[in-house]
Amino acid sequence: MELVKYLKSADLKSWLQELARENRVFAPRNEGDSVIFAPFDPEQEIAIVHPATLPPKKTVFPQSEKLVDFTYSKDPENLSRIMIDGKEVLPEGTAVVFGGRPCDVRGFTMFDRVYLAEKSTDIYYQARRENTTFITLACEKPETTCFCHWVDSGPTDATGSDVLATVVDGGYVLEALSDKGSKLLTSTLLENGESRKDEARKAHEKAAELLQDAPDLSGAPKKVLQVFDTMEFWEEAAAKCLSCGACAYLCPSCYCFNITDETIGMKGTRIRSWDNCMSAQFTMEASGHNPRPTKAHRLRNRVGHKFSYYPDIHDGVISCCGCGRCIKSCPVGTDIREIVLQAIEYEPAVGEEQADEQ
Amino acid sequence: MKFQEELKDSIRKALPDLDVVLGWCGSFDPLHATPHFIRREEDIDKLEISPLSVHNLATYLPGLRGKKVGIVVKGCDSRSVVELLQENLINREDITIFGFPCTGVVDQAKIKKALGHAGNVRTCDISDSAIVIQTEDKAHSLTLTQMLADKCRTCRYPDAIISDYFVGDKIGEPAPLETDYAALEAFESLSVPERFGYWLKELDRCIRCYACRSACPLCVCRDHCAAESRDPHWLSQENNVRDKVMFQVIHAYHMAGRCTECGECQRACPVDIPVLMLKQKMNREIRDIFQYEAGVDPEATPPLLSFNMEEENITEKEW
Repeated sequence: MELVKYLKSADLKSWLQELARENRVFAPRNEGDSVIFAPFDPEQEIAIVHPATLPPKKTVFPQSEKLVDFTYSKDPENLSRIMIDGKEVLPEGTAVVFGGRPCDVRGFTMFDRVYLAEKSTDIYYQARRENTTFITLACEKPETTCFCHWVDSGPTDATGSDVLATVVDGGYVLEALSDKGSKLLTSTLLENGESRKDEARKAHEKAAELLQDAPDLSGAPKKVLQVFDTMEFWEEAAAKCLSCGACAYLCPSCYCFNITDETIGMKGTRIRSWDNCMSAQFTMEASGHNPRPTKAHRLRNRVGHKFSYYPDIHDGVISCCGCGRCIKSCPVGTDIREIVLQAIEYEPAVGEEQADEQ
Repeated sequence: MKFQEELKDSIRKALPDLDVVLGWCGSFDPLHATPHFIRREEDIDKLEISPLSVHNLATYLPGLRGKKVGIVVKGCDSRSVVELLQENLINREDITIFGFPCTGVVDQAKIKKALGHAGNVRTCDISDSAIVIQTEDKAHSLTLTQMLADKCRTCRYPDAIISDYFVGDKIGEPAPLETDYAALEAFESLSVPERFGYWLKELDRCIRCYACRSACPLCVCRDHCAAESRDPHWLSQENNVRDKVMFQVIHAYHMAGRCTECGECQRACPVDIPVLMLKQKMNREIRDIFQYEAGVDPEATPPLLSFNMEEENITEKEW
């Protein structure tokens, strides 16, 4: 079962080109000053030295996707009778995502618990998830905003990935972690990598050594819930937040969406598009009532969902993969680590605690 | 900064009568600052003014309406405060303004480019002329003027236009390092297909997070934005570059003659889309037609918020 290959750096593009014959291949590349995942183009450089600005979330969960095409028609015998004919549009084809980081890909395992639940499986998500293979690049060193090791992961954690690629001298050691992964490693460009396994192992150990101590977040689910009603806490935490959606859209584990019908004349499409709990409209009810009227309510939900409500119903798994993009790319430097630690350390004022008990 | 202690003293004096004072403090790494909300005496010590104080804190003012708010402003930020006052979006008597002589703030995108990567900054020392950044493997010495935001390179208002407390010596009218709108004019020399192609390419990576809107001090529709309105249905929610262009056009039009070019829209963009240029284009037109500059005179009425039967430079009768 265990399959280990070696790929020379010089052959990377040729290999991806081979894979692109049968799959849509996504790889990170420079767009302006950002690095984003885009369909692989051999003419362009692959930008994998540092983690990408955006995670490869859209490869499985597109920014917007068609769910149903529909057409209205009028009954010629009775013009007030309008009929609708709809057809679901399921995603087709297979995809390979090269160059995501362990945190990026682990994010999908948090989607899986929601979208692939037994009771209700999301067929659109399922089709893409099953048909996408992830070749993940092990991290060599953490950035100042990285905190994967706070949330039960690490720089070489291959959870959710199909192949783990490790940078070694002159190329990559590719380790297959699933059947899907093994099937990708058949190219003649790949050499046997057994002899380089130790080198990869050493790189993994070195990456782990560079991590600083992580605080204990095991108490987070309970503690974050305990401050749920302490609005002063959330108002202070959210004071500088602009309530934009950058954090959620850059997050590998944020999976919320909106469903809208985009109609022109008698034809239309029902689409699913990214939505985020920092948006005021997210919880706007038809009556006009909004149960999360302020940014404090909204940020409370974002932090609470990740560090309390989700772990509560999903075996204690924190639905944050620690990539740090929400910190690094926040226009005002909101730091989710700081908020969670403050919630853990929060001591209610004496009077407040008594009031709660009554 | 030399005047920082003096500023802290002024805030200390004013704080008892205020609910909060907005300033800046250190952030997740030594290269970044973050908005700092001073509520208590002990919060004052954390205040730091430096070329990293990039955020325009005036963005928070409309949301804090009804509270007594102190705000530390750069010259450009004070123009946003003025514009908010001109539009009656905030009350002068509720705002206490702390000004200081600003010598410019950095553009993090320029620093990122100069370093190649800014994810592992250990220390950052800023002098009058240089920024020395220590990353895990190297010390980078960058010339401060080259790392300044474009708006600082063309700045004509380094001192707060209005203030209740001003610390330090006023700079007066400096000689800008660059002429206004030089980059815009270079872009305008391109053909229409080239220009439109540029925007289609740049906006293709927009994730529609609307950080550009949320960071804008004058985007005051807040929870009632055209971007998400379903009725009227201005924009589709599809990941479609034409809708993204459309939103930016709506934004730019709403800003015409109001925008002070603080650049927060562009700074906030997580995928570095140069959206400020669209607003600059509108502003230059306003300047040429109405000889008007936004946010420099609290008593002035922005041209598109007023109506004249005869406009001096719009000769519609001759059309």
